[in-house]
Amino acid sequence: MTRRQLWQRFIAHIDRPLLLGISLLLLTSLLVLYSADNASWGQPLKQMLNIAVALTCMWLIANLPLHYLMRTAVPIYTLGMALLIGVALFGEISHGARRWLNLGVVTLQPSELMKIGIPLMMAWYFEKHEATLTLKNYFVATLLLLMPVALIVRQPDLGTAILISASGFYVLFLAGLSWRVMGGLFVAALASAPVLWSMLHDYQRHRILMLFDPSQDALGKGYHTIQATIAVGSGGLLGKGYLNGTQTHLEFLPERTTDFIFAVFSEEFGLLGNLILLAMYLFVIVRGFIITANASTYFTRLMAGSITLTFATYAFVNMGMVSGILPVVGVPLPLVSYGGTSMLTLMLGFGMLMSIETHKKLIKT
Amino acid sequence: MAKHVEIKNHQREIFYFRLRLVVSIGFVLTLLAILLMRFIYLQVARHDHYQTLAESNRISVVPIVPNRGLILDRNGVVLAHNYSGYTLEIVPSKTADLEATINELSTLVEITPKDRKRFSKLLAERRNFETLMIRNRLTDAEVARFAAQQYRFPGVEIKARLFRDYPYGEKTAHLIGYVGRINQTDVEQLEENDLAANYRGSDYIGKTGLEQSYENELHGTTGVEQVEVDSAGRAVRMLSRTPPVSGNALVLSIDAKLQEIAFQSFGNYRGALVAIDPNNGEVLAFVSKPGYDPSLFIDGIDTQSWDELNNSPDTPLNNRALRGQYPPGSTIKPFMALAGLHYNISPGHTISDPGYFTLPGSSHQYRDWKKGGHGSVDLFKSIVVSCDTYYYGLATELGIDKISSYLARFGFGKKTGLDLGKRLDSGEFEGESSGLLPSQDWKMRRYKQKWYAGDTVSVGIGQGYNLVTPLQLAAATATLANNGVGYKPHLVREVRSSRSNENHLIGNSPKPDLGIDPAHLDLVRRAMIGVTQPGGTAVQAAAGAPYPIAGKTGTAQVVAIKQGEKYIESQVSERNRDHAWFIAFAPAEQPRIALVVLAENGGHGSSTAAPIARKVLDYYLLGKVPQPLPDITEEEAEHD
Repeated sequence: MTRRQLWQRFIAHIDRPLLLGISLLLLTSLLVLYSADNASWGQPLKQMLNIAVALTCMWLIANLPLHYLMRTAVPIYTLGMALLIGVALFGEISHGARRWLNLGVVTLQPSELMKIGIPLMMAWYFEKHEATLTLKNYFVATLLLLMPVALIVRQPDLGTAILISASGFYVLFLAGLSWRVMGGLFVAALASAPVLWSMLHDYQRHRILMLFDPSQDALGKGYHTIQATIAVGSGGLLGKGYLNGTQTHLEFLPERTTDFIFAVFSEEFGLLGNLILLAMYLFVIVRGFIITANASTYFTRLMAGSITLTFATYAFVNMGMVSGILPVVGVPLPLVSYGGTSMLTLMLGFGMLMSIETHKKLIKT
Repeated sequence: MAKHVEIKNHQREIFYFRLRLVVSIGFVLTLLAILLMRFIYLQVARHDHYQTLAESNRISVVPIVPNRGLILDRNGVVLAHNYSGYTLEIVPSKTADLEATINELSTLVEITPKDRKRFSKLLAERRNFETLMIRNRLTDAEVARFAAQQYRFPGVEIKARLFRDYPYGEKTAHLIGYVGRINQTDVEQLEENDLAANYRGSDYIGKTGLEQSYENELHGTTGVEQVEVDSAGRAVRMLSRTPPVSGNALVLSIDAKLQEIAFQSFGNYRGALVAIDPNNGEVLAFVSKPGYDPSLFIDGIDTQSWDELNNSPDTPLNNRALRGQYPPGSTIKPFMALAGLHYNISPGHTISDPGYFTLPGSSHQYRDWKKGGHGSVDLFKSIVVSCDTYYYGLATELGIDKISSYLARFGFGKKTGLDLGKRLDSGEFEGESSGLLPSQDWKMRRYKQKWYAGDTVSVGIGQGYNLVTPLQLAAATATLANNGVGYKPHLVREVRSSRSNENHLIGNSPKPDLGIDPAHLDLVRRAMIGVTQPGGTAVQAAAGAPYPIAGKTGTAQVVAIKQGEKYIESQVSERNRDHAWFIAFAPAEQPRIALVVLAENGGHGSSTAAPIARKVLDYYLLGKVPQPLPDITEEEAEHD
């Protein structure tokens, strides 16, 4: 085998347009992290390590044939559920929430695993019953979604629960849940809102209330939102220039390398930068939809669509939260915020997209 | 068939799926459009607003407190100045357990119970986010010890600050006053006068004395530094700076050495002394004794020291020279004599003094201080020997309303307007007492009683309803010394600008003509010279003086003596003894200084007050610094 052939095999399952979009976002991440970490290489270097690990995993998944991928659905979902129950029973409490499971060597956040596990399981279920889909199947799929979500809400981790619900809902939607049922569910959700409200923890209610009037608690809970909004607004049309964000460098912005990194970007690059960033996200999303449209099986269509829509949702929720139109729910900006776990989860998703795109011919033949 | 259905289903499925995919894309585009609109709103429509907020986050305006103006005496001797020192300060909001922190600090730096008490007081009065002083005047060793351990004390820091210091301490306490920490009342006052901005960052404000009356000159203009700060409030770099302008210096007419000698000459007596240059109203010495240590008040006095001062029977906080109201006693006689002359009583008018005076149709005897009387007494002699009987008669003849209206010409019964105390909007100063000139109307208003002839009799010897302040009497004496030309007494001669080297001289023009006949003045002056010569009541105190002194002794009763009883000083408790007065000016023909001495419970003016005056005159006119005050025995003392 020549070196060229080796290389060909190495990149055989890589989707180039998707990789290009991802790479642009990752480069943006390193650029902004350098600024957010006060012009130091500390976090950018660690992020590079995270990227390297995540890209490797992506490559592995991309090379995994789809029937193997399908086969992982039930074990991953079962493991995830087991871990979630474990967390509920023996989890470690940090910041008043029980999210982590200490396995001696590593601490795990099982809800992260379920971000992939739930759509995978639901897509698998729909694939199995593709020929004879009835309303009952949608009901069962919804149960598959709600069981882990209920456990995550109890931790409590409202942000993750909502995002996982969204990814599950996307599967239901793409699987063809009738508009009438969706309308009914929507009305039911509205009706149950007061009940849900009463189930929320105080700090969660506070965050939602803060959204409507952050100045109410300018130095407390509202501080994050106010300072982030100031950063974005003061960025203006062209931004204050790279490394010149005053909100960033004088440390008025909280959590500026993680959840609020968009405020750093927006302060320094302004509206123009935001447009470019939105374009990059749109590029990745559109590529995801193209892959979805071309997907050959029911399972892969559902999976690819859910992954793409979830990615778009993450981006929207984070930027919406930083710019003050959504409550602060602790969602990182996908591919840009510092952090290994979310990076890994996202890249596993992209690995699946690539696998779906590059293995479809094999299935057809 | 079945296969056909399945294929058809499959195609339909694909069609429906793609439809949903289109809806999904529409959904995503909608989300992105919402974000875009939000960005345009924040970054274009509201950009200016958020830009301003970001700037106000970033830029902190730090006031730079100006140096307070100095206070100097007429020769440039410093009476109030600033020194820089280190203080140990605590920010209560950053300190979890204050008590524990202070205990811990006391292992490094000495913290006395007084410091703790003062701190508790500051804590009770504090404004938000203020740092409070726990110790001042740290030694270099203490600074070093604390600096090494600072990491253990979050919220505790050492600050270099300027402190006010009064080198003359209690000797000038009632004159200079003191500055103190700005409290809530001060803040309200400043806001009312639109001065709050200039006091941003200032900790101190003049509370009493000249520090208070000339606060606006002394404070200076606060500077501003624009500093870029981070979220923790740490300064990152300076953006711009407007330097502060130091307060103006005050140059007083006071002679510090004279003030010191005057203060010390009182020995253990309480009392007051006011010396004035009769030619222009400049106050040369202004003493109220006892004084107090003004530095106690600067950073808030502790309760124990406050109680000691406030409850002391010696009332050290009372400014006797400015606010003390006393019967003038015989010192009123020269002014009474002028009143008599003014109302056409002949200088040659002579009485025969039996040692007492009775009103027509009454057997009540108003006694002369000298049993058996002074014999034949005319106006001149009445002053020299201080004949009471003469003035009982004179007062009765004039009547109270004439007496009061004439004495008013010398400023009795109203404030002199000395530039001391709180400055009012009208430009006048608050806090001076006005004394009292009684009249028939006054008594009716005050007591709802008619004026009796007997009331007038005792007014003649300064012992009735009439009251004077030492300052008032000094101003009147100065007017008398200056041929009836009066000046408003004042303490500040010159305001020295810190900006330019310009000096703003505070001039003083004479009061309008008081209408006093120079011939009358000449007679009274000669009689007052007689007081200090053989045969006069103050001959001993003036003995050996190379310059002529015009004077008048006085004794003011503290308790009334019953008819037929004799006042024996040694049998009267110390606090009930008479107050001793002496008024004087010298050199008598060309007076350069006029003064008043009041020694509370001092007994006789001649024995107590006059010797104090002599020391002050000797220093002022001859430059002679007195030896410690010799004791004057009871036998030597001559009654006035």
